[in-house]
Amino acid sequence: MTEKLDSIIADYRHNEGNLVSILQQLQDEFNYIPQEAVAYISHSLEIPISRFYGVATFYAQFHLKPRGKNIFTLCCGTACHVKGSEKLIERLQRETALTSTDSTTKDGLITIEKVACVGACSIAPVAIVNKKVHGKANINQLLRMVKAMREDESE
Amino acid sequence: MTTAIAQDTITLTINGKTVTAASGKTILQVCRDSGIYVPTLCYDERLEAYGGCRLCLVEVKGQGRPLSSCTTPIREGMEVTTDSDRITRLRKTVLELLLSNHPNDCMLCEKAGACTLQELVYMYGVRYDNYYGEMWNLPKKDDNPFISYDPNKCVLCGRCVNICQNVVMKGTIDMTGRGFYSKPDTAFGKPLTPDICVFCGQCVSACPVGALTEKQARGKGRVGSVERVRTTCTYCGTGCNFYLNVNKGKIVKVTSDYAAPVNKGNLCVKGRFGYDFIQHPDRITKPLIRREGVTDTSPEVLKDPMAVFREAEWDEALDLVASKFMELKNKYGPDSVGGFSSSRCTNEENYLFAKWVRVALNTNNVDNCARV
Amino acid sequence: MSRQISISVCMGTGGLAAGAREVMEMFSVELASAGVETTLHAQKHCDLHRVGCRGFCARDVLVDVSIDGTKTTYEQVTLDRVARIVNEHVVGGQPVEEFAAGVDYHNFEDKQLKVVLSECGLIDPEDIEAYIKVGGYEAAKKVLATLSPQDTIDTIKLSGLRGRGGAGFPTGLKWEFGSKEQASQKYLICNADEGDPGAFMDRSVVEGNPHVVIEGMIIAAYAIGTTKGYVYIRAEYPLAVQRLELALKHARQKGFLGDNIFGRGVKFDIKVKLGAGAFVCGEETALIASIEGNRGMPRSKPPFPAQKGLFGKPTIINNVETLANVTYIIRRGAEWFASLGTEKSKGTKVFALTGKIKNSGLIEVPMGIPLRKVIYGIGGGIEKDRRFKAVQTGGPSGGCIPESLLDTHLDYESLASVGSIMGSGGMVVLDEGDCMVNIAKYFLEFTQAESCGKCTPCRVGTKRLLEILTRITEGKGKANDLVTLEALARDVIDSSLCGLGQTAPNPILSTLKYFRDEYDAHIIDKRCPAGVCKALLTYTIKEDACTGCTMCARVCPVKAITGEKKKTHYIDHGLCIKCNSCYDVCKFNAVDKR
Repeated sequence: MTEKLDSIIADYRHNEGNLVSILQQLQDEFNYIPQEAVAYISHSLEIPISRFYGVATFYAQFHLKPRGKNIFTLCCGTACHVKGSEKLIERLQRETALTSTDSTTKDGLITIEKVACVGACSIAPVAIVNKKVHGKANINQLLRMVKAMREDESE
Repeated sequence: MTTAIAQDTITLTINGKTVTAASGKTILQVCRDSGIYVPTLCYDERLEAYGGCRLCLVEVKGQGRPLSSCTTPIREGMEVTTDSDRITRLRKTVLELLLSNHPNDCMLCEKAGACTLQELVYMYGVRYDNYYGEMWNLPKKDDNPFISYDPNKCVLCGRCVNICQNVVMKGTIDMTGRGFYSKPDTAFGKPLTPDICVFCGQCVSACPVGALTEKQARGKGRVGSVERVRTTCTYCGTGCNFYLNVNKGKIVKVTSDYAAPVNKGNLCVKGRFGYDFIQHPDRITKPLIRREGVTDTSPEVLKDPMAVFREAEWDEALDLVASKFMELKNKYGPDSVGGFSSSRCTNEENYLFAKWVRVALNTNNVDNCARV
Repeated sequence: MSRQISISVCMGTGGLAAGAREVMEMFSVELASAGVETTLHAQKHCDLHRVGCRGFCARDVLVDVSIDGTKTTYEQVTLDRVARIVNEHVVGGQPVEEFAAGVDYHNFEDKQLKVVLSECGLIDPEDIEAYIKVGGYEAAKKVLATLSPQDTIDTIKLSGLRGRGGAGFPTGLKWEFGSKEQASQKYLICNADEGDPGAFMDRSVVEGNPHVVIEGMIIAAYAIGTTKGYVYIRAEYPLAVQRLELALKHARQKGFLGDNIFGRGVKFDIKVKLGAGAFVCGEETALIASIEGNRGMPRSKPPFPAQKGLFGKPTIINNVETLANVTYIIRRGAEWFASLGTEKSKGTKVFALTGKIKNSGLIEVPMGIPLRKVIYGIGGGIEKDRRFKAVQTGGPSGGCIPESLLDTHLDYESLASVGSIMGSGGMVVLDEGDCMVNIAKYFLEFTQAESCGKCTPCRVGTKRLLEILTRITEGKGKANDLVTLEALARDVIDSSLCGLGQTAPNPILSTLKYFRDEYDAHIIDKRCPAGVCKALLTYTIKEDACTGCTMCARVCPVKAITGEKKKTHYIDHGLCIKCNSCYDVCKFNAVDKR
């Protein structure tokens, strides 16, 4: 891990980086922002760790807890909202026993997240499942995916 | 009556009154300089203006929207109104909104009487229940000997964070989260420990409400029952001024003197929290003179200091010191003695000391530990 | 002589979601097996290429097959349709009529006036040569070779171009402020942080024609006198980011960016900065804070960014669409641009037409066109021929325009006069099934969650506004709630620090103005006329209509519906969570909600 962190630090020094880009690189690497990694970088760069935490908690993109193996990102843009994204989220959460504050299943299999708008409004409602965009998403299709993920896992 | 105006001054009107001020100042600074009251919560002279509380809104002719006077630089010919029905209404709304997420337990609050929010609510006559809804119910943080933090009372003025990041340059706390749930906190909400915090209490001095308070002072007397005594810090040569808050002869806390020429209200951990020695029972309050014939002062023997020393009156002690100095001076000449004073003394004390060494001892052998 | 055959596959985000990459591969396979040689460029037999978003994402995958200049557009192309298109059309020369785009597509396409989008969907966005071939970078070359910075500013001023990010500030004037500032360093920022939910103009332009934005930035940088530019783009747009990075690389290789642009000794380069998911960062000062790596909290203006911006230096911020317009203004002349649109709003505007509209997608129309023409002309009317209720423009800062005002013209001033705004161009159509209180609540939920928390009115005010709206939708509204709502809304507008708070209550004020009866129905009658607000609904099954098909019982996630096959079913109101699944699934309209 320190090797990767050192390369992020080197990149920061080389490219007039900033805290946002450091955190983005951390999240790309670990899928979330591990506390120890932030502490290490804060120490090396002599930037107070509070500043990292302040930035990380400001932006919706950053996650301070590990996320699941499979990530459902439901778009909540206006077009998706009027096309029923709320219902999709509620149904998915019900299926996985998750809430908006508790977004990852205990077994770490599934994470359900909302995103403000992915700008694919004419194919609303949109669900992004493991980075693949699904337009005109419907609940049966999403529930089938959940089922497949569970089956994959139990095999 | 237009007169030639130097290039670096600006003439504007505030509430119809013509005011001339140095360019680069903000509307709020000019108002304060001219004795015009504008309410603020997030403004702190020690810090760059924040513009967050929105209480200092004023109307500027030609601008549709009220402007925050703390951030708006003055311009030539500007016509400013600091009070109007509209401005009063907006200030009241801001106060009502703050109260709608505030415990409103002034009766129990350490800050009562010295709280800017309380004062403004009184001044504008607003009630706490005009808006209602979710309120914070966060645990108090009380994990260190000096600083007590009740986030539920926080008004998000940002002063504590700003002073910690930009004046103390420590960065113990920062604003965290976003929107309704943003609040000043340490990284990952960790307790205040010496590895992240120097306990200077600057955050406490910046807090306009009862969110950050001095833990040692809890329950020992609020602003109405204490007498404030302005004094100079005895810890180092900087000469910071502050107020000792004294309740029935007991020092209960130290508060900032923003007018202090040297420190402008800033203090370090020693000045702000290191006052307990003053009234500590172990403090030596009488001169001690070594008992006749005692030569062994090893730590073993000093375990009982009174076996080595005896208490004396000031006259006796000073006579003894004076006679010993005179004895040395007469025997070996004035340059055989010298004086070395502490930087914990004030300038005045140091001056007197130097005078005494030069006049009474007739030597220039005088120095101070902060002379570097 | 070989024929000029070109096949372009729409590969914007919408196209890719519909399987465009697979369709493209299938074309490649089918063309090969039909013996047609494909190349990336059109010199040889068939030019198979990707194109960026062309707007009509609802019918993706869209494929254009053009033979000797005669173009046929296919919509909803799926893998199984590729073989026939190749065999019958490409090889046989006969278009496959049954797959060709129909009347909706032509209504949608033909009534638009494309300037900014004119090359999106025509050229390969990942190929700089394709852009150069249609005249790309000629405008920037012309500016650097023949115009002074002031001439350039004057040209933009003459064109009448106003900022497309929402506020409509004259672009030429902004540049002039920037050019007059004396500083060791100035900055140009392209704002591609398209945060409005329901808007995707900037994404489509960057995905479909990134070079046009880069060219606009070169022109702007020259006019302002800066050597450093940034594009601040949302991380939620991975494809746009990827194509932009590629375009920048190609432009650098060509010498269009760098230390000696077009060999004219002019220095300028562009860095990409990714947003991290904060709507408020669309606000100029918050955007600057974010590029500096800080929490994206705005600061009060003045001083304006043109005086004191990024790293304390003079900074000019233009939106993607504005910069794309700049390129075309230089290319085609300020007079031409000024001849489009209205007196005060020149040129065209790109809108994201979405919601309950038949033809949903990205459109570009001349400024000043009546709203009705957009919705019923280009948009083809309301989906499923239901009744139009309102159109929401300007996103969370905008308002809802009712049917009675459908003849409002689409320009900055007209939209403002009916209580909405142009904004960045989001246009969401609402029908009779949408509850306006719910819509207002939706937007407040959004702005409340996106409030940075710095200033009191926005931080606490939007929260309280949302709570009042929530209570109303739950049937807990009180008679004087609307008075409180309106008064607080106005105070939040007046006293907030930045544009977010200053506009966040707009959706409340406009819905209160035009749809007050719906608020009253919620508060007084405890009823949601559109049947949206769950707390006010009861689901029942109509005995006479129910056929006992059991569908509803099967989809009910909480097993609240019981009944035997071919017999009337019943809903247990104690168990029902009002998820609407039964209503959605019933083919006999037997589920009643009220």
